[in-house]
Amino acid sequence: MSTPLAMFLGFIAITLVITYWAARKSSGASAYFAAGRNITAWQNGIAVAGDYMSAASFLGIAGIIAFQGYDGFLYSVGWLVAYLTVLLIVAEPLRNAGKYTMADVLAYRLRPKPVRAMASLSTLTVSTFYMIAQMVGAGTLVALLLKDSGISFNWAVTIVGVLMVAYVVFGGMLATTWVQIVKAILLMGGTILLSFLVMAHFHFSFTEFFDAITHVKDGDKVVNFLQPGLRYKAPYGPLDLISLGMALIFGTAGLPHILVRFYTVPDAKTARISVVWAMAIIGSFYIMTTFLGFGAATIVGKAFIAKNGGTNMSAPLLAQALAGDVFFAFISAIAFATILAVVAGLTISASTSFAHDLYTNVIHHGELADPRREVRVARITAFVVGAVSIAVAILLGPTFNVAFLVALAFAVAASANLPVIVLSIFWKRFTTEGAVCGLAAGLLSSIVLILISPSIMGTDGKHLIQAAPIFPLENPGILSIPIGFAGAFLGTLFSRVDADSEARFTELEVRANTGLGSERATSA
Amino acid sequence: MNTNAKTDWDLVAENPAFRKLLAAKKRFIVPATILFIVYYFLLPVSVGYWPEVMSAPVWGPLNLAYLFALSQFLVAWLIAYLYVRAANRFDQMGKEILEDLDRAKARQAAAKGTL
Repeated sequence: MSTPLAMFLGFIAITLVITYWAARKSSGASAYFAAGRNITAWQNGIAVAGDYMSAASFLGIAGIIAFQGYDGFLYSVGWLVAYLTVLLIVAEPLRNAGKYTMADVLAYRLRPKPVRAMASLSTLTVSTFYMIAQMVGAGTLVALLLKDSGISFNWAVTIVGVLMVAYVVFGGMLATTWVQIVKAILLMGGTILLSFLVMAHFHFSFTEFFDAITHVKDGDKVVNFLQPGLRYKAPYGPLDLISLGMALIFGTAGLPHILVRFYTVPDAKTARISVVWAMAIIGSFYIMTTFLGFGAATIVGKAFIAKNGGTNMSAPLLAQALAGDVFFAFISAIAFATILAVVAGLTISASTSFAHDLYTNVIHHGELADPRREVRVARITAFVVGAVSIAVAILLGPTFNVAFLVALAFAVAASANLPVIVLSIFWKRFTTEGAVCGLAAGLLSSIVLILISPSIMGTDGKHLIQAAPIFPLENPGILSIPIGFAGAFLGTLFSRVDADSEARFTELEVRANTGLGSERATSA
Repeated sequence: MNTNAKTDWDLVAENPAFRKLLAAKKRFIVPATILFIVYYFLLPVSVGYWPEVMSAPVWGPLNLAYLFALSQFLVAWLIAYLYVRAANRFDQMGKEILEDLDRAKARQAAAKGTL
């Protein structure tokens, strides 16, 4: 058995033990959906980091920096700063006002059926796009990393899908949380080790390291990789950067799989401290992408990476160059763990939204004859989500370019979810019509703008639609986020003043700011 | 049930201390949010529109663009630290408001008993 395969199996074994332990422990809806709200601040902080740092972070950013230098590092910055929106605006009110999903906050003061139906649609859209991107990425990677073991793309996708369903169906939120914690610790450990080896290569001299970065050999030319503009060039580059920044900064606080994590802690204060833990871990990780990305650019080189699997293989190939095959296997196993923890988080947030928002509250008016049905429906949904994701990923195949799906997920989260969350927490006049218009406007505008963007349209034979792009930017945020807000504003102003919503707003304000009446932890 | 009895929500919302808590939060959160958004977007704007200026080495081989990007991490952590410190004060105010509520409820119950 090859070393990478052994390490993959080792990680799978650990996570299955966690799932078995969680399955024996948890019972009841609050245990299944929110881990009994008994997760501590540091545990949740690490789990948020594990939920958030996807393959796009670890392999994607390292790859972009390795190929296009400084511009890739801007992703790292945006992905951390985004947590200030979570910390200052969303996390605590959400924890105090809601129960299991993002839609709980909207339904608290608005008419529950329309807002839950729309919010659930938006949640499922974000989760699906994000999931497909992760699954296709996982298949490509695992097949590449394990190519000596003869595991194909289709098998890799199926294994990832089956595992994530197993965690979620049997272990619920508790198992998902601990899988994310183990993954985050492994990822941090691997990244620190890799950064240390990069610095050792440069004799622990930052001057030597940065001198190498400013003189990277790219074909016959010598390029300064520390200069901005290698990826985002004029005329639209700067606008695209700003648009991307907006989607990152405002999208993170609208990602359903991140938001549900704040329901797993006992109170708002713990939610706050957990964001700070997450910021410490996520920030340190993203600073270290300097070593991963520039290390790959200077030590491995663009030409070699391009020949051996492409941009996404930058970090594993760097590990191989620095410390040989066993370390390559270890870093590859971490990449695999990274994907698994993220897809498990996506699966549980999508199935929670379907069961809690659509099944219980829209179809059954919030009253189930048997409350255990909600958990059963969520388990079935997780199963369906898994099956559909496997099928779609196999259908699209390993050559399908998935990067725009992640951009789309962030853009929808920022344009549809964030405006209505913020306005329902802070705007007394906000109405149901406003929320529905805001969600619809944000959702539609981001999808349409991506469809007519250079990600989908192009004349080089590689794009889905063979025509010149109508919208010039890769990321729609700069337009779709204002459209989402405008939809929510106009929908509200054109609807009648809703006395119920305003009365319930006072209640929400008290609850969000003092924690009065908020969901309590269940005793373990 | 006495329909004139005020709900807990009303009792808290009427408490001047609650208004003070909201005002105190606003005084921190609004400027902090504006600050971090402005500081963050200065980065893509400056490296996007003035790449030459930002590429100039200022400290050894390090250029302005990279140092500015690094400073974003420090500023984000600093704002988070300041918020947590301020939030401890908000927690204390919230706790006192909930204690006020318990006292008000006790008074209401006592008044009902004597009627």
